Amino acid sequence: MTEALKLTGLSKSFPVGKRLFGPPKAMVRAVRPTSLVVDKGETLGIVGESGCGKTTLARMLVGLLAPTGGRIEIEGEPLNTTNPATFGRKIQYVFQDPISSLNPRKTIRQIMEAPLRHLHRMPKAARATRISEIFAAVNLREEFLERYPHEFSGGQAQRIGIARALAADARILILDEPVSALDVSVQAQVLNLLSDLKAKLGLTYLFISHDLAVVEAVSDRVAVLYFGSVVEIGPTDQVFAAPHHPYTKLLADSAPKVGRALKAPEARETELPNPLDPPQGCAFRARCPYAIPRCATEEPALEMQQAGVWAACHNPQ
Amino acid sequence: MSGFFKLLARNRLALGGLIVMVAVVLLSLLTPLLPLANPDVIDTANRFKLPLEGTALLGTDHLGRDLLSRLLWGTRLSLAVGFVAAAVAATLGATIGIVAGFYGGKTDNIIMRGVDMLMAFPYILLALAIVAALGPGLMNALIAVSAVNIPFFARNIRGVTVGIAHKEFVDAARLSGMGDLRIIATEVLPNVIPVIVIAISTTVGWMILETAGLSFLGLGSQPPQADLGSMLGEARSALITNPNTSIIPGAMILIIVMAINLLGDGVRDALDPRLKSGALSRPMPATRVDRKAPIPTASDDALLALRDLHTQFHVKGRVYKAVGGVDLSVRPGECLGIIGESGSGKSVTALSVMGLVASPPGVITGGAVYYQGQDLVGAPYETLRRLRGDSVAYIFQDPQATLHPLYTIGDQLIEAVRVHHPKGKAEARAHAIDLLKSVRIPNAEDRINSYPHELSGGMRQRVGIAMALANDPEVIIADEPTTALDVTVQAQILSLLDDLRRERGLAIIFITHDFGVVAQLCDRVAVMYAGRIVEEGPTEAILNTAAHPYTARLMACVPELGGGRRRLAAIPGLPPGVDQLGIGCAFADRCDKVQPACRAADIPLAPLRPGQKVRCIHPEPARPEAVA
Repeated sequence: MTEALKLTGLSKSFPVGKRLFGPPKAMVRAVRPTSLVVDKGETLGIVGESGCGKTTLARMLVGLLAPTGGRIEIEGEPLNTTNPATFGRKIQYVFQDPISSLNPRKTIRQIMEAPLRHLHRMPKAARATRISEIFAAVNLREEFLERYPHEFSGGQAQRIGIARALAADARILILDEPVSALDVSVQAQVLNLLSDLKAKLGLTYLFISHDLAVVEAVSDRVAVLYFGSVVEIGPTDQVFAAPHHPYTKLLADSAPKVGRALKAPEARETELPNPLDPPQGCAFRARCPYAIPRCATEEPALEMQQAGVWAACHNPQ
Repeated sequence: MSGFFKLLARNRLALGGLIVMVAVVLLSLLTPLLPLANPDVIDTANRFKLPLEGTALLGTDHLGRDLLSRLLWGTRLSLAVGFVAAAVAATLGATIGIVAGFYGGKTDNIIMRGVDMLMAFPYILLALAIVAALGPGLMNALIAVSAVNIPFFARNIRGVTVGIAHKEFVDAARLSGMGDLRIIATEVLPNVIPVIVIAISTTVGWMILETAGLSFLGLGSQPPQADLGSMLGEARSALITNPNTSIIPGAMILIIVMAINLLGDGVRDALDPRLKSGALSRPMPATRVDRKAPIPTASDDALLALRDLHTQFHVKGRVYKAVGGVDLSVRPGECLGIIGESGSGKSVTALSVMGLVASPPGVITGGAVYYQGQDLVGAPYETLRRLRGDSVAYIFQDPQATLHPLYTIGDQLIEAVRVHHPKGKAEARAHAIDLLKSVRIPNAEDRINSYPHELSGGMRQRVGIAMALANDPEVIIADEPTTALDVTVQAQILSLLDDLRRERGLAIIFITHDFGVVAQLCDRVAVMYAGRIVEEGPTEAILNTAAHPYTARLMACVPELGGGRRRLAAIPGLPPGVDQLGIGCAFADRCDKVQPACRAADIPLAPLRPGQKVRCIHPEPARPEAVA
């Protein structure tokens, strides 16, 4: 298989306490240097809690944020964001909030036409045929085209968002929490649609979610993010069946589950580390039941634990 | 557009302003066609004629010129200058504001500091300075008036643009291959235009006044050309002897500016989405009650019992039956789960208990809520106020929105205690610290002085729970209290709630959309769909042998960890709108077991197995292993 997406040492820091002149007071590292490879036709799931850097990472991949360091390669070529009309054809993004990602003052047809016009310079007649094709693929009725975004339910709006991403004809889709704003009965409709489209069009997905069960249902491999770093990555079934990193285990144990007794999986007072004052060594140390003295001094690097599974832990399980 | 005019016409004053403005504008447009005397012809023999004295309808001025003719030509000029100045100021100001707001960062900083400097001068002084530099003349007055009004537009539009530039649809447009200019023109501008229109409508009156002011001082229109300001200025010396020469242009200025300002206020009210959504119509302190049917009686010894509760929203002639007959009860120490998807009526049910549904548009149209045998629906407001937060407390979904950002959490907790139980400050503070400790906030003595934004989401929700516990309530109604939290934090909060109810014998009504949460916390569950309970029973029975097809299929949709890579079950279609419910089963259109009988008549919530009730005539069969 070939690489669809390759990140090498990609990182992003945000300045805090900006000043008119001179450097800012501090820098917060939202994404620490991260290297990842997504193969063609693969779905890589990214899980993590709020503030772990999932969305920052995703926005860098589509050029909406400039990285602080590292490089991004799409299908072997470095990402070039100077001309929006070229990179939009390679990689597209599906947003978390389906309604706010659609301009309230445009009809669905105007929204759908934008990528066809600006990315592919299609003439009017060709655009209409292409929109019909895409709408058929995502099970939307063509009469929706003349309506405005506020007339749709969340599930329909998200399908329109997916349709727009498909219109760009990109081979890679970044799906940023695409179903977290939807009800469960509708969530499954959208997830199944995504998996059908992938099979039919040979797409590559980067699927970001905080819901482990959803990620498990759709991903080939999964990367677990904590405090801006990948702490564990590997084939989905292996990672969730036998987590090596204690944080992955904590996440898996925290998901409420029918038939499991209620108990707090960790001490009740623990909190995420403060990004303005990052801890020495391993960021998860304060919450970790398996911490050893080495964790306090040395930041763990990703190491192979078993075939294909990597974890960043000094005392893996 | 017709909606806009309807809204505008509802405001009588604005409608009056509109009619006057249309008349004035028509009159000034028709001025060249009217049989008027030449406004600039001097006839000193006939100076200071009174109205109707001689040939001139409104009399003549100090040079014997026809006042009516000068008034109409002057109005024409003043209006034109005012509108052009407004258009220029709006165009330049909006451009500056959009550029600053869209690009942000250094560009924004430099532009806006420049605008601030312009605003630092008193604007009439600035206008005088500009005219002094350029020399008197109507065109220069126009430039001056536009220039001093640019900062107002720039600042207003910049604020709105900043909000829009960070919306996801702008990112989406960028990914659709649009460049900055195209995004500004097609994505940002259409969303900013209402604000520009509002700003113009409220300032054009001022601009006419300012131009008149400059002309009055002799810096605007030059003789013999008439505009309203210069007419006033020339008539000034004869104010006492011939007041009509000043009163006529003065009255015209008054009429124009009044009409424009009234119209402007109306336009703002009609266009501003915040005002349109009814944010200005303050809700009543308790939900309106309008019960037609006989009130059901309290039937059992439950602590809190809802009997056939109906809550509706009446919006623009439509009736949304958000809650369509709900029966529920909780006993001390019991946790009742209400589960359902968005729009199923679970939150409205919970808010109806204490009359917290906003009225208008909410109305409780039937049923009763018994708390210790007392009906709360229709109870006097004082009774409700005494019970709210004291005997029945709420925990809401978003602690960020329920805590006041400007007070410390300690102040808010102390207030919650002292409203119901008069206590000394020190005593209340000690109680607040105890409360924070009881929800396991570390270092409570220090944290009590924190502001809500200084706490993480999980800590804020603990404060929300502490506040609910403040007066030792009997019942806590928790409306999706963990939905906004991360899973690891959710697990902590759930186990805290579970401990609290065991320690204190609390009755909890827990509203959620998550079966996993229900399974872990609740003793009994009620499943809601389209405003009604479709199934109710012990948690274990519902989860193992769901009888209603909706419950069964909804549970099948929930992905669970450990299932591996797979297709998920889905329910096709969408829930029905609660403003267009037919008779019969609301789930019929999405149900694969639907029979004609399902749509024929109302289906009651009937007992099926011990403790389990279902609203279905073809319930799912019990699975053999579950029966055994």
